[in-house]
Amino acid sequence: MKPKPYSVLLIDDEAELVYTLAERLQLRGIETVAETHGDAALRILAEREFDIVVVDVKMPGINGIDLLRTIKQNHPHVQVILQTGRASEEERNEGLREGAFDYLVKPVDIDNLIDIMNQAVEQSKRRSSHESE
Amino acid sequence: MRIWPRIWEKEVPEKSMFLEGEDQVHRYRRLWRRSVLLLSTFCLTPLLIMTGANYYQYQQAMHEEMIQPIHRQTSNMKRALGFLLEERRFALNFIVEEKSYQDLADQDHLAGTLKNLKQSFGGFIDLGVIDSKGNQISYAGPYDLLGKNYAEQGWFHTVTLRGVSVSDMFTGYRGFPHFVIAVKCEKNSDDFFVLRATVDMDILHQRIRSLSLPSSSDAFLINSFGVFQTPSRYYGNVMGQCPFPVPPVSEATEVMEDVNLEDRLYIVAYSYIQQSPFIFMVVSDPSMLKKNWFALRRELFIFMIVSVVIIIVLIIATSTYLVSRIQDADRKRTSLFHKMEYTNKMASLGRLASGIAHEINNPMAIIYEKAGLLKDLLSLDEDFPHKKRILQFTESITSSVERCRTITHRMLGFAKHMDMQMETVNLVNLIEEVLGFLGKEALYRNLAIKIHAEDDLPMIQSDRGQLQQVFLNIINNAFAAVEDGGKIDIHLKTVNQVNVSISITDNGSGIPKEYLTHIFEPFFTLKKKYGTGLGLSITYGIISKLKGNISVDSEVGKGTTFTITLPIGQKVD
Repeated sequence: MKPKPYSVLLIDDEAELVYTLAERLQLRGIETVAETHGDAALRILAEREFDIVVVDVKMPGINGIDLLRTIKQNHPHVQVILQTGRASEEERNEGLREGAFDYLVKPVDIDNLIDIMNQAVEQSKRRSSHESE
Repeated sequence: MRIWPRIWEKEVPEKSMFLEGEDQVHRYRRLWRRSVLLLSTFCLTPLLIMTGANYYQYQQAMHEEMIQPIHRQTSNMKRALGFLLEERRFALNFIVEEKSYQDLADQDHLAGTLKNLKQSFGGFIDLGVIDSKGNQISYAGPYDLLGKNYAEQGWFHTVTLRGVSVSDMFTGYRGFPHFVIAVKCEKNSDDFFVLRATVDMDILHQRIRSLSLPSSSDAFLINSFGVFQTPSRYYGNVMGQCPFPVPPVSEATEVMEDVNLEDRLYIVAYSYIQQSPFIFMVVSDPSMLKKNWFALRRELFIFMIVSVVIIIVLIIATSTYLVSRIQDADRKRTSLFHKMEYTNKMASLGRLASGIAHEINNPMAIIYEKAGLLKDLLSLDEDFPHKKRILQFTESITSSVERCRTITHRMLGFAKHMDMQMETVNLVNLIEEVLGFLGKEALYRNLAIKIHAEDDLPMIQSDRGQLQQVFLNIINNAFAAVEDGGKIDIHLKTVNQVNVSISITDNGSGIPKEYLTHIFEPFFTLKKKYGTGLGLSITYGIISKLKGNISVDSEVGKGTTFTITLPIGQKVD
């Protein structure tokens, strides 16, 4: 399978979910790193670049929205997709306001996720080309 | 206006029973009874007191009217008769003072005196002089009484003792009633004589007749033995026995009421005439006067009854009005309370549903991903044993999870949470669009769907997409409820100028009453297959969010009506 030209960081406190999903994405040729803690994720982000971060909203410690804020502050080019088990209008609004690319309700179909990630990458590409012009 | 309250009707309408229950009805009945009682006490007490006082006053007045005249007449007549007797006695006294014994003992002189006396005072019949032994010394008059001795007669004793005597009436051998007036005169310290005059009864009778009493009354004289001294109109003639009892001695004029004679009650006034044995008596039959009194009393009574009836009717009407107002207010409060309770319940259910959905979504995501990975791995391996079957299993697992996902996502949608996108919505167009989605089914099943819209139905500010979902849900339900060839009517109209009401009526199977209250709850479904029980709960959630209202009315076998009310122009925040 042809490697997709982007890298993904998955953050979810459900280890079973996050590692399985990571493996599936890798099988599809997407470079994926999985992490179960927000703090650890931030450390990894500080070490290397990712194109996309997929974050669970409800997590112990730093929650998804806080993580989103920190990431947007430190790495404004990274696209963040929120994922949640509970769809709440307020949460969705807040997430989108804080700069998330999308807000997905679990369980998410992997093809659907990849579609959205593709769109996210497309968007950031367009944005960076605008900036370079 | 209603006078008799509904609460006393045996069959209390089912709907209000549902709201109020048996206890409440008893409470209103108690309230009503108390109000009637209290108001009656306040209103009727003064009336009864007034009427009682009036009755008493009238009675007093009537009594006075009966008693006073008869008392006055009797009193006057007593004086008149007393004066008449006194006049004659004084005349005799004057004669004995004026004339000497010798003159009076002379027959011719006495005859002259009688003649003068007759001319001056009426009623004198004869005149005689009697010595202290009781012998008639001289006599002037129509009878031959000279030499007669009166020593043994009562009047002679009386005149000897008292100096004057008026006798009872008697006929004697003269054949007509008369009485005697005698005066005593001292001749010297040892001896005396008596001048005796006989007076015709008629003179008293004439005087009494001059009273001109009404026909129901009678006036006469009796003596102390109850013997008539003058003739009576109704009760007997002179010297006859008076049927009325002799009244007790009294100086003044007295009136006796309710004197019973042959089972009739009479008013009897009497007066003892001084220095005579006569008692003047007026007997009056009060039945005429009483008749007036009874008529008046009847009028008073009728007036009271009519007043009481009017007052009671008014009181009952007032109480009914008050109690029904209270009942209405209670009903409104109760229904508001029910509505509030229902809203709270729906909100709790919404929270519960989204909580459950969230908790289930995570493990489901794991199952989903694991199954997905399994499939991925198998796809990579060309010759894994049972590969085909295991791929089928994973397919089955993922499709089951997708089914679950549909449910949890709809549950989350029940407490839903999408942005409202307010825009101007033409409801008729919107409903036509929705019917367009369902057009084929309607055609295929030969359903008659009609939209009845008010002519100038306003556009509303609302969320088009959400409303589509709402109408799709409800019309879908209506489709499910009706038989092939069934009928669905959609009415749109303005309510109170601020709302639009949309009612969707089908002639389908209807919903049993016991289910109606649960119909908007999540997971409540009447569809045997495929129903998640979420459609109407989502509808409810959306309508609440749009600041509208949804209600349902249904009758088994006749059909169901869903009524949605939406604000026309209010912005949803």
